[in-house]
Order: sequence, then C-alpha cells, then structure tokens
Amino acid sequence: MNHDSYSTDYIRDILRNVKVIALVGASSNTVRPSHLVMQYLLGKGYDVIPVNPGLAGQALLGKTVYGALKDVPVAIDMVDIFRNSEAAGAIVDEALTLSLKPSVIWMQLSVRHDEAAARAEAAGVKVVMNRCPKMEYGKISGEWAWVGGNSGIISSRKQHMHESGKKQSLGLGVNPVKG
Amino acid sequence: MTDKPAGFDTLAIHAGAAPDPATGARVTPIYQTTAFVFEDVKHAADLFALRAFGNIYSRIMNPTQAVLEAKVAALEGGTAALALASGHAAQMLVFHTIMQPGDEFVAVRQLYGGSINQFNHSFKSFGWHVVWADAEDMDSIEKALSPKTKAIFIESIANPGGRITDIAAVAKIAKRAGVPLIVDNTLATPYLCRPIEHGANIVVHSLTKFMGGHGNSMGGAIVDGGNFDWSKSGRYPLLSEPNDSYHGMKFHETFGGIAFAIACRVLGLRDLGPAISPQNAFYILTGMETLSLRMQRHCDNAFKVAEWLSKNPKVAWVNYAGLPGDAHHALHKKYAPRGAGAVFTFGLKGGYEAGVKVVSSVKLISHLANVGDTRSLIIHPASTTHSQLTPDQLKKAGATPDVVRLSIGIEDVADIIADLEQAIG
Repeated sequence: MNHDSYSTDYIRDILRNVKVIALVGASSNTVRPSHLVMQYLLGKGYDVIPVNPGLAGQALLGKTVYGALKDVPVAIDMVDIFRNSEAAGAIVDEALTLSLKPSVIWMQLSVRHDEAAARAEAAGVKVVMNRCPKMEYGKISGEWAWVGGNSGIISSRKQHMHESGKKQSLGLGVNPVKG
Repeated sequence: MTDKPAGFDTLAIHAGAAPDPATGARVTPIYQTTAFVFEDVKHAADLFALRAFGNIYSRIMNPTQAVLEAKVAALEGGTAALALASGHAAQMLVFHTIMQPGDEFVAVRQLYGGSINQFNHSFKSFGWHVVWADAEDMDSIEKALSPKTKAIFIESIANPGGRITDIAAVAKIAKRAGVPLIVDNTLATPYLCRPIEHGANIVVHSLTKFMGGHGNSMGGAIVDGGNFDWSKSGRYPLLSEPNDSYHGMKFHETFGGIAFAIACRVLGLRDLGPAISPQNAFYILTGMETLSLRMQRHCDNAFKVAEWLSKNPKVAWVNYAGLPGDAHHALHKKYAPRGAGAVFTFGLKGGYEAGVKVVSSVKLISHLANVGDTRSLIIHPASTTHSQLTPDQLKKAGATPDVVRLSIGIEDVADIIADLEQAIG
C-alpha cells in the first residue's frame, strides 16, 4: 500500500481496535517525545508496555519495562517503534516472530523502513510509518485543533468526549478501549 | 486510500469547527471564560508541562480562539496557527521566537507604515535590528543579508502601494541563506494567495482586515508552515535547545511540524501576553465563513473602480496590479490570479490639495484608518497611517503626499464610483 499518506479511516480503525501497545524505545526522560507519547496513550486507556533493554525490570509510568518484545508476557496488538529507521527493520522482524503476532506495526515520525513494512504486510500485519499515534489520535478526536493545529479533517458530527469522562479529553467515538 | 482534501470554501466554513462535544452546538460557542477547571492535580501539572492537550487560562489558549486558529491554518495550508490580539502582536511574537538581542532581519521597504514603525523603533529597544531592502530588487535583499540575519520579511500585496511581491524569488534567497521567509498576507488573504505554496515558512495576518472583514474586531495570527528545520543551524535556540521554563523540553524535537506555532504560544504569548478575546475570535470566525464571497466581490469592485479612475481626466495615476498596464500585473497573474486585492492608491493631478478635497468630500466612502471592511474606506496615508515616516520612507512605501488610498468594499460598485465622481468634482 501507499505509505506516503493514510486515510483517516485507516488510522482511526487502528486506533479504535488496538488495546495493548508495546512501545519500543521507551524513555525515562520526562521531556523526551517517547515518554510524552507513552503517557498520553496511557491516559487514553491503552495498555502501553514499555520496551527498552537499558531499563528492563524497572517501572516507567507505573508499567514494567521489558528488554525485548519476546519478553512481554501478554499478546501485543500494536508495536510502536521509537527507534531510527535503520533499527526499525530488525524490530519489525522480531515482532513478526512472536507466537501471537501483533496486528499493527507503527513507526514514529521520521521513522520509515519500506522493506520491513513490505515483510510485515506480507504477513498480514497493518503498517503505519512516519506518524505519531499521539498526534493522529489528537487529529481524529479533535484535540489537535485545541493548539491551533490543522488536522485536515472536517466533520459535521459532534466530537466525542473520551469514555473515561475526564475533563478536556476527547475520544474516538466508540468504546473499543477498556483500560 | 487518501482522503480527498476539502475545497477552500468548505474549509472556510468547516475547518476546526466540528459541533461542540459537550452540547452539540453547531456554531462555535463563545467560551467567555478566563480559566478552565482541572480534573485533578496531576492533570493540572500535565497541562502546565505541555504533557497533555488542554486549556488552562485564556491568555494562552481558549476553545473559541482554537477554532479560529485551526481555520486560519487550514486556509493557509499551514500546520498550525496562533491567534492574537492584533497583527502587530503576531509580528512581535514571531520575532520574539526567532531573534536574540543583536540579531538582524531583512525587511522590504514596501510595507504597512505601522510595521515600518514597529521594526524601526520598538524592535530596536529589544535589540532586534531591521535591515531594509527593496521588494523590486532581489539583489538588494541578497546584499542586506549578513551572518546575523535570522529572517526575511515581506508583504504578499503591499499596503498601501498595492504592489505584489515575487514571493518565490524571495523564498529562494531565504532558503539559500538558511533563514525563514515571513510573509504578511493580510491584504491578499489565502483566498487570493497562499504564500506557503510559494516557499514561505511563516505567514502573519492582521485578521482585523479582510479575514474578519466587517470592521468590528481586532485580531492577528501566526501561521506555521511546518517547513523549516529549526534545529539544523543551531541559530534558533528557543526552538532547538532545552527550554528551562519547560523542564528542558526541546520544542522542535517535541512538536515537529507545529513547533514554531507552539513556541510562539507557550513562550511568547505566555510571557508577553497579547491574547485575543474569545468574543473577537467569534466575530472573526463568523466573517471568515464568507471570505471567498467577500474577497471576490471586493476584487471585482476594486477592479471596476480602478478602471474608472484610470480613465478620469483629473486622475494623474492609479496603482492597481489588476489593471493590464500596471507594473505588477504579471506578478498579480502569477500569485493572485483571482484578484489583485481591494486596497490600492491613486493620485490626482491637483496633488496634495486635490487629495485632501476628495477625502473630505466623500459621502458613502468612510474616511478612517482601516482597510478590509465591507464598507468602502478612504484615507490620505501621508498625513495618517504613514505620518511618522520621513519623505524618503514615504516614497519607498508608496505613500507620497499626493497619494489617496482606497479600500473598496462590497457595496454596489456604481454607488462607490458615483461617490468618487462627486468627490473628485
């Protein structure tokens, strides 16, 4: 498929249906993008499992850090890769060897590996590259416009408060995530 | 696979403006509140540290203002925007984010008189030094560059001369120099010209003018093109270096393509404070829904008035890029083919005295210091908007003593022409 642009429906479908996200390249530095994204996704009800060999065994935002995808003791729906493009290939291959294969592999903004993406797609795994799930969640929910962001999305449908009922938190309009 | 992007007129109405999530209100509500209740202490801390999207205090952001910002960003083809109290506020925050004391920026002389003042006087007291160049002469822009240059500033359609700038040519110079090109797109609006498509990196607006369009509310905006690498040269430390007031966060690394808009908001607006009121944001939003309809009528009327003036024996000259013989006609066809705007100047053979007589004799056209209203407006720049400039600056800004500036409204054009006819006598 074309990875230069994605339809809103494609991204929304992924974000509505995944529940467990393994975040490879999680950081304990609270101002790093990977930390901010992990925190945001936890707040939206996803079960985010941090993966970083340097922090294995420690706790990050209340979650145990694992050294590798194969060490994660639960089934992973989506692997979110916070590593550079060169490193992404090996992580995709590792994800494809898991006994319970993830349904989605997501590479962060500026991360792109077309060959690895093709291998994942051949194995029936959906791929998103060069995007941030926090930004995409924000664009589809409407939170992106709160900072004056141009989401490219227009709609005559009412935006949805997030199912957590928290103030100033928008959701995706269905209730797939039961955190 | 990809969504078909909505057209300009659709964006003008719908961009940023989904029905209110709490009430279903279809039109964007006026959130006339100073502050917003936190969920809990952690939520408050996350908002203050930029770890969560959300409103804290209306000096920094407000939901009505946010819809305006998203709409301006969408119409300009930018990644994000920041709405402010005025166009001057927008310029102040842009330069505050880019400049350090001792830095320089290049601006062309063909600018709104208020901008010339702001750059020459107030900016100097911040240690930001403007170096002037000529929009008609690309070499003069090249020559004005120095190792201290941090940006280049132009207007798409210049006020009051009605000149149109070769945006792509200036963008090329900016790119080579590794500095952002800032374009004031107030007189064109994105309906006529979208500078980011021609290589601009930042667009600023006085929303008070055609964007709001009804002469009822002050506002300004900064649009982030999302197309400048703020980290590459290391010369924009506010964007590339760890920020002490946000626990060492690096704005460009964290916010990517919207980093400039975010930095202008959470550093410049937070600390300098020129916020737009929710009420004004609402009026401007309402005006923007009809931007295309109004701008086309403004331009069509302006063309007819300019054409009529150019044939009047008492008129010495007319500066309107829409007229086929005008020096800027080719640039108008390239950058703003739907119209050459509605603000232009003319001079009477009777010079200063005749100009003053016209301004004093109009009955339909309003004599005041604004442009971009539904009403037709007239002013004598040399004695008002540009009165603080020297004779040389007046000449270069296109505001010599005989100049009369018109901002043509959307009334019946026959009535506008009839009023000018009786006033010219």
